[in-house]
Amino acid sequence: MSGAASTGRSGGLGLAASRRRRRMWVLLLCGLGLGGAAALALTAFQDNLVFFRSPSDIAASAPPEGRAFRLGGLVETGSVVKDGPEARFRVTDGAHSISVSYRGVLPDLFREGQGVVTLGKMAPDGGFQASEVLARHDETYMPPEVMDALQRSGHWKPEEGAAPPAASWNTLQPSAQPSGRPAGNGG
Amino acid sequence: MPWLWGVSLAVLLPAVAWALFLSPADWQQGETVRIMYVHVPMAWLAMSGYAGLAVASVLALVWKHPLADLAARELSPVGAMVTALCLATGSLWGQPMWGTWWAWDARMTSVLVLFFLWVGHAAITRAFEDEERGARMGAILALVGVVNLPIVKFSVDWWNTLHQPASVARLAAPGMHISMLGPLLACAAGFSLLFGTLVLARVRAAVMERRVQALELARAREADRIPPATVPA
Repeated sequence: MSGAASTGRSGGLGLAASRRRRRMWVLLLCGLGLGGAAALALTAFQDNLVFFRSPSDIAASAPPEGRAFRLGGLVETGSVVKDGPEARFRVTDGAHSISVSYRGVLPDLFREGQGVVTLGKMAPDGGFQASEVLARHDETYMPPEVMDALQRSGHWKPEEGAAPPAASWNTLQPSAQPSGRPAGNGG
Repeated sequence: MPWLWGVSLAVLLPAVAWALFLSPADWQQGETVRIMYVHVPMAWLAMSGYAGLAVASVLALVWKHPLADLAARELSPVGAMVTALCLATGSLWGQPMWGTWWAWDARMTSVLVLFFLWVGHAAITRAFEDEERGARMGAILALVGVVNLPIVKFSVDWWNTLHQPASVARLAAPGMHISMLGPLLACAAGFSLLFGTLVLARVRAAVMERRVQALELARAREADRIPPATVPA
């Protein structure tokens, strides 16, 4: 009697385990299918998923005149000319650069060497007429004292490009260097 | 449970004070950098919380564990809240720094989708009279939405975006000075503890609610079985 009951129970457990295994396989296959579909869709729409185009992209295939698009890159060193509300600068990606003109307020982070994304149209003269300028933030976070120390030692000129490798400064103690600034960052 | 609240606040409050008052300003963002101490932990929690939701959903669908359903159901409103805070603080930072509150770049759009997934899960698990059915629908939705997690994480590497790439969670050394990384990690620990405590408290309350319902049901059945006349007045 007890033997029959125990085989019955183990049979039930086996059934439950096989059902569990089937559910796991169904879930895994669905996941693979879905992941594959998503990967294919994202690759197919690659061109539409970029937020901006670089000067090199424009040089390779210029969009038709009058079509609005976003142009992004770094503000070329020494190219910024401000004339009242009008600003002119060149956007570069190292290989190509395009001159941009813009009337309006520039964001706080705008400076030479900084990444920008501008929205506008190509002008007949081959320049870019921007109606909106957004600044990008490079992924570096440092206190002004550390920045000063890097600049004094000649390791980094921010108007000339990206910060040096993070490992060279992310534990730098600026207070150890002779400086007129009080080391008041208690952190 | 009260000790968990105590531990969470004991970690979170000093961390927030460190981030808001004692840590330095940024060389180019100035004081605005302090928004990052809330924004980044919220973003991490939105994503790791969703990974937790996915694990609970697998446990619920494959092993049919009742506690997994309950945990998923109680997790999603908190997840929706942290994702909303991530979007809101990001927007507040974007206006002065980028020059816009919002841009439809791949990072921001995929985080908005993550928010809709959280809200959708919270709604669908509560939308059916039959709770088990709602839980199953929610689990399927949660697992479909897992596709979005790598998109959120790698959007800044796969496509060009307005949003900057990762500073901390990357293979190279953190692009953040130690005087800012310290308070950020402390805030992340504090907010994570608070997140966990909130979810645990919700799950506990839900379990107790079930218990009360079961007791009331049992009592009602008992009362039905005994004819009213025999009950002493």
